Amino acid sequence: MTAYLIRRIVFALFVLWGAVTIVFLVLRLVPGDPAQLILGSDATAAEIAALRTQMGLDRSLPVQYGHYLGDVVRFDFGNSYRYHRDAMGLVLDRLPATLQLAVVAMVIALVLGIGLGVVAALRVNRFADRVVSVFALLSQSMPSFWIGIVFILVFARQLNWLASGGRGGLDRLILPGLTLALPVIAILIRLTRSGLLDVVHENYIQTARAKGLGERVVIFPHAIRNALIPIVTVAGIEFGKLLGGAVIVETVFSWPGAGRLLIDSISARDYNVVQAAILLIAAGFVAINLIVDVLYGYLDPRIRLGR
Amino acid sequence: MDRTAVAPATDLLPPPDDVAPKAGKPLGRLRIIGSLVVIGLYVLAAIFGPILLKYDSVATDLGARLKPPGTTLPDGSFAVFGTDQVGQDVLAQMMQGARVSITVGVATLLLAGIIGVAAGLAAGYLGGWLDAVLMRLGDVQLTFPSILLAIFIASILGPSVVNVVIVLSISNWVTFARVTRSQVLSIKERDFVDAARTLGARSWHLVTRTILPSAIAPILVVATVELGHVILAEASLSFLGLGTPASTPSWGVTIANGRDYLSNAWWISTIPGIFLAILVISFGVLGDALRDRFDPRLRSM
Repeated sequence: MTAYLIRRIVFALFVLWGAVTIVFLVLRLVPGDPAQLILGSDATAAEIAALRTQMGLDRSLPVQYGHYLGDVVRFDFGNSYRYHRDAMGLVLDRLPATLQLAVVAMVIALVLGIGLGVVAALRVNRFADRVVSVFALLSQSMPSFWIGIVFILVFARQLNWLASGGRGGLDRLILPGLTLALPVIAILIRLTRSGLLDVVHENYIQTARAKGLGERVVIFPHAIRNALIPIVTVAGIEFGKLLGGAVIVETVFSWPGAGRLLIDSISARDYNVVQAAILLIAAGFVAINLIVDVLYGYLDPRIRLGR
Repeated sequence: MDRTAVAPATDLLPPPDDVAPKAGKPLGRLRIIGSLVVIGLYVLAAIFGPILLKYDSVATDLGARLKPPGTTLPDGSFAVFGTDQVGQDVLAQMMQGARVSITVGVATLLLAGIIGVAAGLAAGYLGGWLDAVLMRLGDVQLTFPSILLAIFIASILGPSVVNVVIVLSISNWVTFARVTRSQVLSIKERDFVDAARTLGARSWHLVTRTILPSAIAPILVVATVELGHVILAEASLSFLGLGTPASTPSWGVTIANGRDYLSNAWWISTIPGIFLAILVISFGVLGDALRDRFDPRLRSM
């Protein structure tokens, strides 16, 4: 188990290093001078040159990279020019709102996804299965920003049941949470359905039946437990993706999270905040993957022993 | 032993025979033809629509602002899907948008496909350190939410049609590389490849003439599924203001514009979204049907 853990941690660090390097390279190698970008088009050549020196852009690329890595390790992403405070602190302040939204979305997705997946598997190729499949197809194919807009239109503007935006209690969480959850629901439905249908053929299910256990006992503790193993991995990966998808949903619902800060900072060309937000979300994503890998190895001993 | 025989009659779960897809069922062909017809209609609308119904991104007609669907405009034209905040016909804008979205989708697939297939062929055929580097690079990229990477790169490059294609290609090449590599790994051990090699074929000939043609079907299946995803991703980027610029509005731009007029002009955002969803669903259904027909093993990809 220790060797497995170490291998996973090394890979996670490698991925983080990759993300940091990609951010660095994109910012430095893309046409356009970061100093010019920050100062805008009306800056004089002297102002740009001064900022370039200040930012260390006049030094060679490897030297810049070394300094950059040093700053990242110390969580120093510089200051936001809009808010005049450290970029990382700004993002960290907004993070709880994003996490709250992502957790609510994940709970909705797990309940509806696994629930509907079980229904589809129990009624395979029958009417209920078809309805659930169509629902899964729809929720995967409709753009989330559009679903959000339609939800606002129907539930906030027409029916006046729920608030259309802003942060607050459960009434403000349901619409963005559901919008964010829909693509994940679709994936979990398919996974639960196919997982359950695969497991039915296993010998231990036949044994459980042969022992004379009731059909509900056979499915609920026996079949579902093994069908759940892939669901843990996928749910973990999808939780990470929710952090990315939150950027769009937060924009639609004016949810004051890190994603919205990211988009606002992009349009304001506040690149220090953009870097901090992207790397923080990426780090969260990698951390979740790591936790899932470890959990997975724990649930299924074949994984950590193999290879 | 027949497993279905042991299962009691009161099974909640069906016997395995019901679960296996029936080979060559007519539904498969119906799905392929149906989705192709829908996609064909979109392509026709994208090609001929803007010719029949002129769309000018800078024109404004304040007398025809925010008219609901089915209104006859002051200039005598009929707005089936209403008009937007500057008096533009929403249908005309959507057909122009179809042109932009489909072009971006196809261009992205070509670019991502060429990069991905080349990387997959090289990794699978040559193996060794190149394979390790390319596949680790892919792993690293897949561990990073693709929409975040796209947002980041798009924010640096700025909004333009070409930049959207570049951004989306960067986030999509890995899928092609993985599928191609796995195909190459199994095909290069086959007898006909050995036969060609024994006859003196060089690597280039082996890869392009014997291995690639055998790997092409699964690549095309993946391309179909990905096309829907790419169009959706393009719309998301455009919605955030990071995709196509306002001068060449895609569906995402139109939907984003309508957001500010939700209470008095629901149609601006809603109708393009429905048509976008129908197109994405068609690609999804087509991809699934092609996969079931040609390569059921791809299900796990």
